[in-house]
Amino acid sequence: MKNSYLFIALCLLGYACGGPGNSATKSITVKGSDTVLPVAQKTAESFMVANPGVSITVVGGGSGTGLTALMDGNTDIAMSSRDLKADEKLKLQDKQIAFEVKTLAVDALAVIVHPSNPVQRLTREQLEGIFTGSITNWKELGGEDAAIVVYSRENSSGTYEFFKEHVMDKKNYSSSVLNMPATGAIVQSISQTAGAIGYIGFAYMTPEVKSIEVSYDQGQSYVGPSLETAKDKSYPISRPLYYIYDVKNADKVSAYMDYVLSAEGQQIVEQVGYIPLSR
Amino acid sequence: MGRLVERSAEGLIKACGFASALIVLLIVFFLFKEGISFLNSSPVEDHYALFVHSGNPVTQLDEGQIKDLFDKKITNWNQLTNYEYPVVLLTAGDLERLFTPEQLGKNLEYLNACVAHYIDTVPGTLAYFSERQLGLSPAIRIVPVPNISLWKFLSGRQWFPTAQPAAIMGTLPLILGTLLVSLLAILIALPLGLAAAIYLAEIADPRMRNILKPVIELLSGIPSVVYGFFGLVVIVPFIQNLFGLPVGETALAGSFLLAIMALPTIITVSEDAIRTCPIAVKEASLALGASHWQTIFRVILPYASSGITAAAILGIGRAVGETMAVLMVTGNAALMPTSLTQPVRTIPATIAAELGEASFGGLHFKALFALGCLLFLITLVTNLLVERTTSKSRKS
Repeated sequence: MKNSYLFIALCLLGYACGGPGNSATKSITVKGSDTVLPVAQKTAESFMVANPGVSITVVGGGSGTGLTALMDGNTDIAMSSRDLKADEKLKLQDKQIAFEVKTLAVDALAVIVHPSNPVQRLTREQLEGIFTGSITNWKELGGEDAAIVVYSRENSSGTYEFFKEHVMDKKNYSSSVLNMPATGAIVQSISQTAGAIGYIGFAYMTPEVKSIEVSYDQGQSYVGPSLETAKDKSYPISRPLYYIYDVKNADKVSAYMDYVLSAEGQQIVEQVGYIPLSR
Repeated sequence: MGRLVERSAEGLIKACGFASALIVLLIVFFLFKEGISFLNSSPVEDHYALFVHSGNPVTQLDEGQIKDLFDKKITNWNQLTNYEYPVVLLTAGDLERLFTPEQLGKNLEYLNACVAHYIDTVPGTLAYFSERQLGLSPAIRIVPVPNISLWKFLSGRQWFPTAQPAAIMGTLPLILGTLLVSLLAILIALPLGLAAAIYLAEIADPRMRNILKPVIELLSGIPSVVYGFFGLVVIVPFIQNLFGLPVGETALAGSFLLAIMALPTIITVSEDAIRTCPIAVKEASLALGASHWQTIFRVILPYASSGITAAAILGIGRAVGETMAVLMVTGNAALMPTSLTQPVRTIPATIAAELGEASFGGLHFKALFALGCLLFLITLVTNLLVERTTSKSRKS
């Protein structure tokens, strides 16, 4: 019994020493988007190996969760797959907080279908029709006579918003779209549904599904998603991923931020499957 | 001394009881406080408003009309009111395309004048801006958007909580989806569970019972995510192939899965009810010449009927509140349920999927709490029903 008290006391002591007052062990919390999560984890791991004095905790939960935590001061860096929303910006103004928004990588969204689907390419207008519900049969797109089953992420996801804004001309999704809780579930469902279509982050591409070439110029040129096409910006459906932090905390997080943006950090970005920033 | 210990133990137990009751009350209070504050708020984001030309006679726009306008389904004002102009949308994203940086000013100080001028020259404009950015001028006016009423919340048929500029929060498809999936689940699970309970209580020999009972109880120990994964990989393709459907994520798949998950509750509770039938009653029936089957169906089951009803209702309660498993297999499309082979979206799945990224304290966040209140009321009613059915049996 006595031993356990001693143990708890030691833990508390250790925690107190590890607090912000001590520079020997610095702890940084990174929280937010599940899309950015793999990059954050990998970079944090290798950064900690190089800097034993720093401990970085990476937590997922979604872009909104991360930004809320950042406003409440519960995290040092928020990961986000979308820019700040209008109401969030207003809240910041009210609280007189200034945020620094840094792009750390670019993510391409792949439009995917079942591998047996003969359709190879679609224009942005066709995609808009599919996701808003005005095109409902593959026949209309040169495929077989089968109903289109549309899969999407949940409406609170950053990916959902991005797709709506950049592919669907800001129009709303049809009510009949199936909302899946995670990217993995979309891949699983599309791989077992012949008439399915959906979108996923390029990093999640697997051989069980087929990606579609898309055209943003009314069908003059089609581009498929790959690291190369995303890097040279010929693939149109790509979005930046952000690290957001309070300007007051800049000193604390700058070493890690620099590492993520360095050549080594960007190499990790590419390993994870995102597109590194070109310089 | 012993008296004192007894007293303090009594006091401690009392305090624990009060504390747990208080915690429950606090949770309910918190839930309803957040949920009710959602009603009567505007579906448009705080500080934002819709602006039109002052000659536009439109009196108000509801969420559905706003969505149709911004989805370009309504393209001319004459579809809404007596005003012959095509609809032109203007939001902050269009500014750079329409005006040069010099026109707007360094800190957007001329924004007001630019937009007012634009709206003045294009009478069909519908602009969506912050009231802070865009003050009023004679050429433009704000179109009022009616607040969200309880009736609209309960009877609305569209669920677009993140739609811009006005969120659409109709929960009817979610409520019906939840009830449909749970009721169907109980229709599947009740006959199966009852049969299993009768077998365990009356027919199985003790050795068999000793094997089966723990196995069934193990079912309730499996985490619901595991059920969900099983459902997604096994039940969903099965249903898709069985009925030749374009998609397997349906209400039926959710019901099947929930039926499996509700089975342990139903079996355990109804088996206990069947066991409470006094031996004297059973033996009297057998002594009168009734066969085993006749005894079970004419004597034991009627005797246990209230317990079995309670089992069914508890099973429904379990099914109504189930989150993860349903989230993974029902497809979550917020459609009005018209058939069993179509995707549905349930209330718990909606909360679980959306709360993580809703901005804290915002309209969407509060709407999800209001959904929580609804769910709470549904389970409260089922619990009250259990209370009534079981207390009735005690009286008789």
